[in-house]
Amino acid sequence: MTQLIPAFDFHQVIVAPWSQDAAGTFPIVLMGFLVGAACGLVGTFLILRRMALVGDAISHSVLPGIAIAFLLTNSRGTLPMFIGALAAGIVTTLLIEIIHRKTRVKQDAAIGIAFTSLFAVGVILISLYASKIDLDQECVLYGEIGFIGLEEGITLGGINFSPQLIRMASVTLVVAALILIFYKELLVSSFDPALAFSVGINASVVHYSLMCVLSAVVVSAFESVGAILVIAMLILPGATGSLLSQRLPRVMGLAVLHAAMSSVMGLHLATWLDCSIAASMVVMGAFLFAFAWIFSPSQGIIQRFIRSKPKLDEPPADLPAAEKSAVG
Amino acid sequence: MNRPFKFSLLIPVLLASATNAHAARIGELTDSSIVEQALRFFTFQDPTVRFALAGTILLGITCGLLGSFIVVRKMALVGDALSHAVLPGVAFGFLWNMSKDPVAIFIGATVAGLLGAAAVHLIRHTTRLKEDTALGLVLATFFAVGVCMLTMIQRLPTGNKSGIDKFLFGQAAAIGAGDLKLMAVITVLAILAVMLFYKEFLVTSFDSDFARSCGFATHVIHYGLMLLVAFAVVIALQAVGVVLVSSMLITPAAAAYLLTDRMHWMLFLSAIFGMLAGAFGAFFSFLGPGLPTGPFIVLGATTVFSIAFFLGPKHGVITRWFKQRSRSNRIQRENTLKSIYHVLENRSFVGESVSLRELAERRRETLEDARIQSKALARHGLATLHEDGNQIFLTPGGWQLACSIVRNHRLWELYLTNAADFAADHVHDDAEKIEHVLGDEVVRAIERRLKYANRDPHGKPIPSLEDVQRGAAPRARREDSVGYGSSI
Repeated sequence: MTQLIPAFDFHQVIVAPWSQDAAGTFPIVLMGFLVGAACGLVGTFLILRRMALVGDAISHSVLPGIAIAFLLTNSRGTLPMFIGALAAGIVTTLLIEIIHRKTRVKQDAAIGIAFTSLFAVGVILISLYASKIDLDQECVLYGEIGFIGLEEGITLGGINFSPQLIRMASVTLVVAALILIFYKELLVSSFDPALAFSVGINASVVHYSLMCVLSAVVVSAFESVGAILVIAMLILPGATGSLLSQRLPRVMGLAVLHAAMSSVMGLHLATWLDCSIAASMVVMGAFLFAFAWIFSPSQGIIQRFIRSKPKLDEPPADLPAAEKSAVG
Repeated sequence: MNRPFKFSLLIPVLLASATNAHAARIGELTDSSIVEQALRFFTFQDPTVRFALAGTILLGITCGLLGSFIVVRKMALVGDALSHAVLPGVAFGFLWNMSKDPVAIFIGATVAGLLGAAAVHLIRHTTRLKEDTALGLVLATFFAVGVCMLTMIQRLPTGNKSGIDKFLFGQAAAIGAGDLKLMAVITVLAILAVMLFYKEFLVTSFDSDFARSCGFATHVIHYGLMLLVAFAVVIALQAVGVVLVSSMLITPAAAAYLLTDRMHWMLFLSAIFGMLAGAFGAFFSFLGPGLPTGPFIVLGATTVFSIAFFLGPKHGVITRWFKQRSRSNRIQRENTLKSIYHVLENRSFVGESVSLRELAERRRETLEDARIQSKALARHGLATLHEDGNQIFLTPGGWQLACSIVRNHRLWELYLTNAADFAADHVHDDAEKIEHVLGDEVVRAIERRLKYANRDPHGKPIPSLEDVQRGAAPRARREDSVGYGSSI
């Protein structure tokens, strides 16, 4: 165990990354933040629409899209990868819907069938054409955020902005802009589909657009955090935000803050324990979630506990459950 | 169902003959062609082949059985969350004595899986977050902790680390004797549990309120099932891998769900499908070096599911399409027959053949469409065609069908006007639809109810049962001018 967990050296873990290794640290932290922010913004809407597990499915199934794009074009170009991932995302959404609509299999099982099949195809393609596809199985699972900053890009203030970083930044900006522009449509169709229909918002256009944006975000996050950790990036920021606030703009602001904090804290954790950086960022994100879960001023466990202290004239303890189901 | 018992008897034999159980990958043993590899697989000489095959088949049975309950309880993605959540437990199990000890890993993984399930439960009951969010959150978080630990372990200088990364995508060839024993124990346990508590599982799965009112401890049964699923996930890890275990739970069971309405058949079929998928995966991953087993098992299961999806006798998409097509073809034939009857009736049954042109005019169709229709009738033995297909003669069978359709139609119209007080001009459309589906019994009952009336609301005669049974057009009925058999 002592071998496993190194001694905590304050200078090495906290100070060094920002002094000696700043040029290496900054791109990683920035990348973690950008991935977390883009995923968190999209993920907030996924959570609202109860589609968190569709996010799970799409994050798995972009893999065959990427693999096929690699095989067809023999390159790691941005455009083929995006097209492959978009196609895979749409195919997944369609598959889930077809299985769910055409048979009596329920939606949860349909999700499970669709994404495991597609992911399996992706893994098989990668292991069959290992020499042609520049991806290995571990990278697929948890990414290689540490290598993101290595490629030569634009140098600003002594820090190298690699092409991947620039791409992720533009994706994040586009996502933020899209959410700003279509905020009303997203909001209305997420909370009240009937109202959305009556004011002329086409729910299925909103649905499929959201799925396309999700695929694009997932594929750009893929290289740095892999197929599974990206689920955490999608869900954790929004979930943490919604524990702290009930207002959607505030939830999204908190999600971005969560992305920034977990990125920085994750880097330090990874420096200390010498383990996967992306996974550490998720672990710290989960830590922040747990923190919000316990201490949230409006609905944290402690707050609930204090509030549920029995007062004589109050109805019995099973009321909160009823309230909850009424809200849900 | 006693198949697994046979396998558990086989295992000691396998163990006795095993010499090279810990070969890392089958593919690395030799560099041979695909055909040679396939031959080696099917001769079962290689102990690793036997281990891999027995292992994948055992876990196919276990996952298939338990997956059936998961699918009907709509908990499919709980299995997914559970399977990702076991990863830190695998790492802890490995750390226990720095080796791939099956029992330590089993215990660690089960504990982690149950912790994950408990976390989902807690999040759902103490926050506003919905189940899907809670599942995704726990899944990814536990997985991240597991990845952190695995990357830390890989950095360690000591310990036999080989094979720990195989837990991600599965490698059936890495199944050892200890793993196989564990799998056999769990399989037997799952089969016994399902057999002993079949009634409890069944009732709580389909009607938990009823189960509670009958005094079943639904929570205990639920968590018992979760424990079994956690066991199944853990034994499947080695062959299928953390990422794809949920497929083993969901896909065979969903395929079985499409094929049957009875739970015991579903369990049986699902176990068979699981076995097939397992064997399929073991075989294909054996063919090439470095091919992971898990994805191939998943593809096997997906193949079974697609077959059930497209060709299932009851719910299959293609089957239903064919049924629908044959039904609409039948309705079209019946409508053509009805038109022929109308033509005959309009000329008071003078002459027994109808020309194509008359039929086309009656149906307001082109001559070509009428020709296609009359050919369809001839193909089904309902009519014969003469004069290059321009004259249509009804066969006795064709007459009977035409007559009974008209009879259904007119009786129903009369019934609606008399018994349901419909206006006479509002009953045609409804009768148009129902004439094709009324059964004999119902028609007789309606007829009795209507006191054997012989005119419909529009004044047309209703063919009687004798008319139908006669098998040929009556001699010109009321106008006795032209005799039967005189042709045009």
